[in-house]
Amino acid sequence: MKYLDEYRDPALAKQLIAQIRKLNKGRKIRLMEVCGSHTVAIYKAGIRDLFPNIDLISGPGCPVCVTSTGDIDRVIKLTTMPDSILTTFGDMVKVPGSNSSLQQQISRGADVRLVYSSFDSLQIAKDNPNKRIIFLAVGFETTAPTIAATVLEAKKEGIENFYILCFHKLVPPAMKALLEGEQIHIDGFICPGHVSVIIGSKPYEFIPKEYKLPAVITGFESIDILQALLVILTRINENHPAVEIPYSRVVKPEGNPLAMKRMQEVFQPCEATWRGLGVIPDSGLKLRIKFMHYDAHQNYDLSVEEKPEPAGCECGNILKGIKRPTDCPLFKKICNPQHPVGPCMVSTEGSCAAAYKYS
Amino acid sequence: MCIAVPCQVISIKENMATVEIGGVKREARIDLLEDVSIGDYVILHAGFAIQRLDADDAQETLRLLKEMTE
Ligand code: SF4
Repeated sequence: MKYLDEYRDPALAKQLIAQIRKLNKGRKIRLMEVCGSHTVAIYKAGIRDLFPNIDLISGPGCPVCVTSTGDIDRVIKLTTMPDSILTTFGDMVKVPGSNSSLQQQISRGADVRLVYSSFDSLQIAKDNPNKRIIFLAVGFETTAPTIAATVLEAKKEGIENFYILCFHKLVPPAMKALLEGEQIHIDGFICPGHVSVIIGSKPYEFIPKEYKLPAVITGFESIDILQALLVILTRINENHPAVEIPYSRVVKPEGNPLAMKRMQEVFQPCEATWRGLGVIPDSGLKLRIKFMHYDAHQNYDLSVEEKPEPAGCECGNILKGIKRPTDCPLFKKICNPQHPVGPCMVSTEGSCAAAYKYS
Repeated sequence: MCIAVPCQVISIKENMATVEIGGVKREARIDLLEDVSIGDYVILHAGFAIQRLDADDAQETLRLLKEMTE
């Protein structure tokens, strides 16, 4: 397929691997990817095993995984309301809250519907005028503009029975929190490719400026990942940290200005709780007052008793890059994709699910 | 969850396009992209086209890579 096959060329990959080994000079370095799709791509291509000196760790890059237990409990609470339909992306159904998951709620008779796009929820709202449709919105900057466009359309069409339960999060503030936390040493970042499609390269500038680290925005094929490693190593060797975009066929330095405009029109930044990372200021999104009518937080009682994360689950430390899935005593023993204990095993882009499948 | 794939636009009607990937047709909203034309390759995410692919840049990246590994 065009724009895919060229980036899977084995001969080119082989040359890149040799070049990376040469540039690495046997030094131990640790790079973090902050995108679930990169985590999967790296496992799938077997890149972790190619370079014993390059430690590739996963950060808080999976929106499903970083959703806190408390927020899952809030969602579960909403499913018990009469005359309501909860819609969301398929990744969310198996995520365990402290007592139940959406899947369990469905088996108890809750009306939960999986959609491919937030726009599908609008159609459900039109088809069910006597019910309240609540769309559970999780995701990063990649997805937020699509939710914003849906809210704007709901307003335009005067759809009144549609609500957004927004747990959206922003990636650069989480990267900053990780660097400030100093719990882990990182030599460079592989920045999320499709978040960057929207936000461009500017929001990562603080990484070379304040922390003197290279940050590279790349795609999801094996050649893309290898190219990112090559660029980072070159930057480290030259002692010249910068933000670079080898994924320039898709990511522009300015991002997608129209998508950003829509996102900012509908949402404003707010404090958010990340699993593992805790509360990070300005790292979430909430609907602006103008769109309060669509905000589930404003219209429903979402208070829940905050419960601890599941006992023994290391998701929190895995999302911080401090531990790996194989460090978790429950990994493959009690916890597996059929019976996940934590969200990192639920989402196909979670570190534990990727490690389970590919290693 | 941020998975997004390159598809080609084959028809457009108002804010909706039909796109094709590997022979499979899908519907895509184009609210978030300016001036989408038939024949463009776009990145599709959660039912929306979120960016256009740049053919020149794609060529250039591959050329540079080949140069770097020579
Ligand atoms: S293996 Fe399961 S229990 Fe362990 S960290 Fe991963 S999701 Fe949590």
